[in-house]
Amino acid sequence: MSETNRAYANNQRKSGAAKNARPLRTLSITVLLTAILYGVAFATGATSINLGLDLRGGTSVTLQPRLEAGQEGQVTAEAIDQAVAIIRQRVNSLGVAEAEVASEGTGTNRQIVISVPGETGRRVVELVGQTAELRFRQVLLETGAVPTPEDDTLLQGSSLSPELVAAFKGLDCTKSESTLGSGGDDANSAIVTCDRNGSARYILAAAQVVGRDIKGATAALDQQNASGWFVSLDFTGDGTKKFGALTQSVVNLPAPQNQVAIVLDGVVVSAPRINEAILGGSAQITGSFTQLEAQDLANVLKYGSLPLAFDRGEVQQVSPTLGNDQLVAGLLAGGLGLLLVVLYSLLYYRALGSVVIGSLLLAGLHVLIVCLLLGKWIGFTLTLAGIAGVIVAIGITADSFIVYFERIRDEMRDGKPLRVAAETGWQRARRTIIVADLVSVISAVVLYIVSVGSVRGFAFTLGITTAIDLIVIFFFTKPMVSLLAKLNYFQSGASWSGVSPRSVGMASASIEGKVA
Amino acid sequence: MKLTGLGGRLYRGETSINIIGARKKWYALSGIFVALSIFSLGVQGLHLGIEFKGGSAFTVTTTSGTVEEARAVVGSTGYTGNTIVQTIGDDKIRIQTGVLEPAQSNAIQDALATKFGVTVESIDTQNVGPSWGEEISKKAFQGLIAFLICIMIYLALTFEPKMAVAAIVAVIHDVFITVGIYALVGFEVTPSTVIGFLTILGYSLYDTVVVFDKVRENTRAITSTGKMTYAQATNLAVNQTLVRSMNTSLIALLPVAAILFVGAGLLGAGTLKDLALALFIGLIAGTYSSIFIAAPILASLREREPAIKALNQRVAARQGGNASVETVARTRKKRRK
Repeated sequence: MSETNRAYANNQRKSGAAKNARPLRTLSITVLLTAILYGVAFATGATSINLGLDLRGGTSVTLQPRLEAGQEGQVTAEAIDQAVAIIRQRVNSLGVAEAEVASEGTGTNRQIVISVPGETGRRVVELVGQTAELRFRQVLLETGAVPTPEDDTLLQGSSLSPELVAAFKGLDCTKSESTLGSGGDDANSAIVTCDRNGSARYILAAAQVVGRDIKGATAALDQQNASGWFVSLDFTGDGTKKFGALTQSVVNLPAPQNQVAIVLDGVVVSAPRINEAILGGSAQITGSFTQLEAQDLANVLKYGSLPLAFDRGEVQQVSPTLGNDQLVAGLLAGGLGLLLVVLYSLLYYRALGSVVIGSLLLAGLHVLIVCLLLGKWIGFTLTLAGIAGVIVAIGITADSFIVYFERIRDEMRDGKPLRVAAETGWQRARRTIIVADLVSVISAVVLYIVSVGSVRGFAFTLGITTAIDLIVIFFFTKPMVSLLAKLNYFQSGASWSGVSPRSVGMASASIEGKVA
Repeated sequence: MKLTGLGGRLYRGETSINIIGARKKWYALSGIFVALSIFSLGVQGLHLGIEFKGGSAFTVTTTSGTVEEARAVVGSTGYTGNTIVQTIGDDKIRIQTGVLEPAQSNAIQDALATKFGVTVESIDTQNVGPSWGEEISKKAFQGLIAFLICIMIYLALTFEPKMAVAAIVAVIHDVFITVGIYALVGFEVTPSTVIGFLTILGYSLYDTVVVFDKVRENTRAITSTGKMTYAQATNLAVNQTLVRSMNTSLIALLPVAAILFVGAGLLGAGTLKDLALALFIGLIAGTYSSIFIAAPILASLREREPAIKALNQRVAARQGGNASVETVARTRKKRRK
């Protein structure tokens, strides 16, 4: 027995005992799990893919935080979270169904993306460009949420401007848009506004202390007096003076003028009464706060202290017609790409090409289910770039089949029969496929982390589909080939099997050589 | 099937294409290409889309409107900057301007809608701020660097450090060639093009990984057997994986070609076309470089090691003078018979 033959005998023993001894079982489990995933999707109502605005028309606005001089390093992830929350409120105040606000990127290096389907987006663009600043304003008037005839008595003899009075009379805080903020409050003049819960109406004086006068704020529990949660507030040097002056001037006034409202983005967050002039730069806001309320107020004070301005990075308006065209083109390109790959596989690998078709179909089913489930769970949206990512991944998926099949042919050229070559070829191809796919996954992950907009959509689907490729080749393609390798049709090397001596390229001499 | 027969002959070394032996030729060829790329980048530069320069683009669907009319409409709003108007397909006019304030952009939209009798919503509009391109270019560049570092570490760990170096050189080569072609031809560079560029990196590496995996297999015990020089073993690996490389590249090109065809044919312009064009050029460069650049560089790098030098001398002595790749192929063939 030659050395090759002995080696192959060993391999045969090893692979007989080794993993994947039951390809049929692996295949059944794979198919079953896929079916279960679809069951889960239908049971949870994840039956449609969220399409991006570039596929159905609409406006998207991408905002970039603009750092002003001296703000570098001060913009924290929390500050951006707060900015996102404020912008979300503003967009919601437009009352457009399905408007979405999302942040992209990581940490402070983030963009805010606002998507409004089917709108020109003009109102959005105007609305989101303004800076949201935290301001402290003296309360001039406080009353119930809805205008009543008693308003007139309250307003009698006041020195407020007629415009302000008219606005106050027309304000209904029970309407949701009244409490969502507009960002339009002018720091230097008196304003009319609502409590953010929609429970009270206010007339407020010009702002005397602003967000950047605050040094920090924390929520704490009063242990000694057991009076519950409170928020303590520290001012900067400048802020101490301003807040001192403000409190001193209002402390002896009758209610509600001895209250100072904390206003964020034009809406009153809280309007505590001033009990004493606070000159030391450190104040406490007490009340019947729950822990959550206290922490929320502390956060508003802390992160609102840094007014984040935004630049309009990109505004894109896609008409529904173009959206539909792009969707059709994306699907057509995908179908055509798939067809070409299938034809090529059949031409080159003949009957073995059927495994490629089966694997691609399964991979396609997996991509679909992942899009459905992620759409439901994390709001994943499929964009045109995302579709392109999937199409490009068809190539990568097919590549791994080629690597495997060529390895099988290599093994057969070394004189091994198909059944053995399918196993030993796999041992070798497996490594190459894992390494190559991981390179793809790494590039997708890196792209996803550092990029914005369409690049992210592409990276996401590319990464997902490459991962699916690994699953499919391990748990479908390989067991499938193992099964087929047992069939007489393939073992005998039928001329259309794709593993005939002729198509593998074994010269008859070398087959004889094996025996010798 | 001729190709498969060739695959068998290449695998056994009966047919051998001397790729590593002629490496100086490939280096020179690529050197010329890279130099040309740098030259055209320097002279012509890249034709950047508005996403990079900042600016606005409006696309109106109209069958009756003309380019002159569109230009006049933009002028009538008081905008005096540079305006590029072109037709896309039979029924679309695209107007590109410099950076606009929201109010200016709205005015142009309104004027176009009135003139061509369409709704404002049906005008595809894109407004890009002046600093946006800087931001995305910065990110793309960061992505490139982060990617190269990650891949370098990963390949150095799974293969050998020198394989990582050779693979990265090949990737950088691909990026240069692709960017060079863009500069030379004057294709527009958009964010989609950048996606394409970045994807090429992964693809080019995929090919290289397949070749290097075989190289490693062939050279594992090379110093102890002493039958082949490192270059000869590498050449055999390249030949053995040649059919595979061509197959994987071809099959990867098929869907990309489909995107290019549909994107350029149906949509005229946009994400699909830009992406596919960059991929199409990059894939071809990537296939070339994994065979003709990555593997030769690996051989050149390894040949400087003392152990490999000693091996090469031993093999040379045994094979009688000048150990060429052909000699090995022939000896292998003889052995088999």
